Amino acid sequence: MEVKDIIKPENLVYEKPKLLTENTMHYCPGCTHGVVHRIVAEVIEDLNIQERTIGVSPVGCSVFAYNYIDIDWQEAAHGRAPAVATGISRVNPDKVVFTYQGDGDLASIGAAEIMHACNRGEDIVVIFINNAIYGMTGGQMAPTTLLGQVTATTPCGRDAERNGYPLKITELIAQLPGTSYVTRQSAHTPASVRKCKKAIKKAFQNALDKKGTSFVEVVSTCNSGWRINPVDANVWMEENMFPYYPVGDMKDAERDSKEAHLKKN
Amino acid sequence: MGELRLMKGNEVIAEAAIRCGCDGYFGYPITPQSEVMETLMAREPWDETGMVVLQAESEVASINMVYGAAGTGKKVMTSSSSPGISLMAEGISYIAGAELPCLIVNVQRGGPGLGTIQPSQADYFQSTKGGGHGDYKLIVLAPASVQEMNDFVDLGFELAFKYRNPAMILTDGAIGQMMEKVELGDYKPRMTAGEVESKTGSWATTGKTSDRDYNVITSLYLESSKMEESNRRLQEKYIQMEAEEVRYETFQCEDADYVLVAFGSSARICQKSVELARAKGLKVGLLRPITLFPFPKKPIAELAKKVKGFMAVEMNAGQMVEDVQLAVGCAKSLATVTYFGRMGGIIPTPGEVVEAIEQKLIEA
Repeated sequence: MEVKDIIKPENLVYEKPKLLTENTMHYCPGCTHGVVHRIVAEVIEDLNIQERTIGVSPVGCSVFAYNYIDIDWQEAAHGRAPAVATGISRVNPDKVVFTYQGDGDLASIGAAEIMHACNRGEDIVVIFINNAIYGMTGGQMAPTTLLGQVTATTPCGRDAERNGYPLKITELIAQLPGTSYVTRQSAHTPASVRKCKKAIKKAFQNALDKKGTSFVEVVSTCNSGWRINPVDANVWMEENMFPYYPVGDMKDAERDSKEAHLKKN
Repeated sequence: MGELRLMKGNEVIAEAAIRCGCDGYFGYPITPQSEVMETLMAREPWDETGMVVLQAESEVASINMVYGAAGTGKKVMTSSSSPGISLMAEGISYIAGAELPCLIVNVQRGGPGLGTIQPSQADYFQSTKGGGHGDYKLIVLAPASVQEMNDFVDLGFELAFKYRNPAMILTDGAIGQMMEKVELGDYKPRMTAGEVESKTGSWATTGKTSDRDYNVITSLYLESSKMEESNRRLQEKYIQMEAEEVRYETFQCEDADYVLVAFGSSARICQKSVELARAKGLKVGLLRPITLFPFPKKPIAELAKKVKGFMAVEMNAGQMVEDVQLAVGCAKSLATVTYFGRMGGIIPTPGEVVEAIEQKLIEA
């Protein structure tokens, strides 16, 4: 059998999603962003909602997310993506709106906006890339940086007394009655990529079904910021991040109805 | 004749928004403008016109909600008072940079800092010279009556969409809180999806269809040449505004030796001051800028050729007076330019203004 005999439509197991543009991604080799972008593009394609979807890109490495997926986009100020998404979604209830944010954007400067958007139960999707570091500005401490982790602004390692503790914001988000689906995923192995896609698809389906805010954290690597190679970065993530940020669903329900909320409280 | 009502300035902003077909209001409570959102919530326009009204968690959030909604081509607005507008400065800069139309109402109070809840005009510089970072301008309308609070909502939106630029109604706690007779506008329907598409589809995020490239709302240009191109486009708009949108009113300027320049509440006071001065035999007139940006430079320059002096009357430490000086200087006129004002939330009396005319303009 020759190669040309294998290249047939029925043998195709993997192809570039139509919604990924031809633009060359600016991400470092080994970065998780590219994988998650691809998953988001696949999900929008699978659900056939290209004309209904509006993405909100953050400030951080994924500021140029709008160069890579063929949908309408808005670029938000640092941390404000959930407010921007709220504005879009409220006056366009027929649209599916998602934010794509990093840990500095979502859990530090935008902590107020994400809390309140989730607490209002906006019918939006939040994709949260947690790589425990500020990538774009050159590897400074993020709110999710682990204790002892060396960054440009914690050269001796993150110290709890000086810098406080790594913020488990997804656990906080899961407490909010406005959220429907809150999960933590990774995307570093074929199996985890498949699980991550399933989670992101559920999140988009929830937005279509107006179930409240769906929040998908993806524990990610930043080998450039961590100053290690991509393979070691995956190992470091498994050994150091997974124990503190365990992967799995935290909540899978619907936004509390008024009655359910009163009953619980 | 439209419907006549006795209403507060702040209430009229809300009523005018509903009637002019506004799609959404996002705000945060702050004195002395809270009646805007209170009135909207009580009116429940979502049932009547489909207008969205949302109380945000902060001014930072409300202006970013405006950014998002305006980016989809909708007619949206916010309102606040001075400290809240400072918080919005970041978002306003992004809105100007991304060239989005929207309406922002500033019911000014005294500052700096937490200041006072009493009326002030101390945000003149902030409103007319940019306010946030970067080279940008707002279209700034200064109402002097409750009627103009009504009229400028529609006008503000019209100009905002004409130029794809944020427009601001710069008013103060006195006009926001006072009640006057107002003739309300007729109801205009909200834009249909088709109208939004035809009016804004070339740039707004209305959903990417197969017949066009995807739209991106952004103010980010990492390449210097592209950034400068965007800067130039903005500056060209501002030049066009200066050529086409200057609005002002004159009162007894025909034979005047001295002209007061005042906007908003101060202009109301000055109208009385002109009467008092005239009764004393002093030939005093008033020029009231209605647009603070674009500023009525040319009419002031024209007057500068024939009058002896100008006095800017402001409820601040003297801000607009600098624009009057520029206009007079450009006319190569030797007319005196001076300033009189009160701060701290104190409104000058007509008599005080006449005294200042005598001391600062005539005796000097």
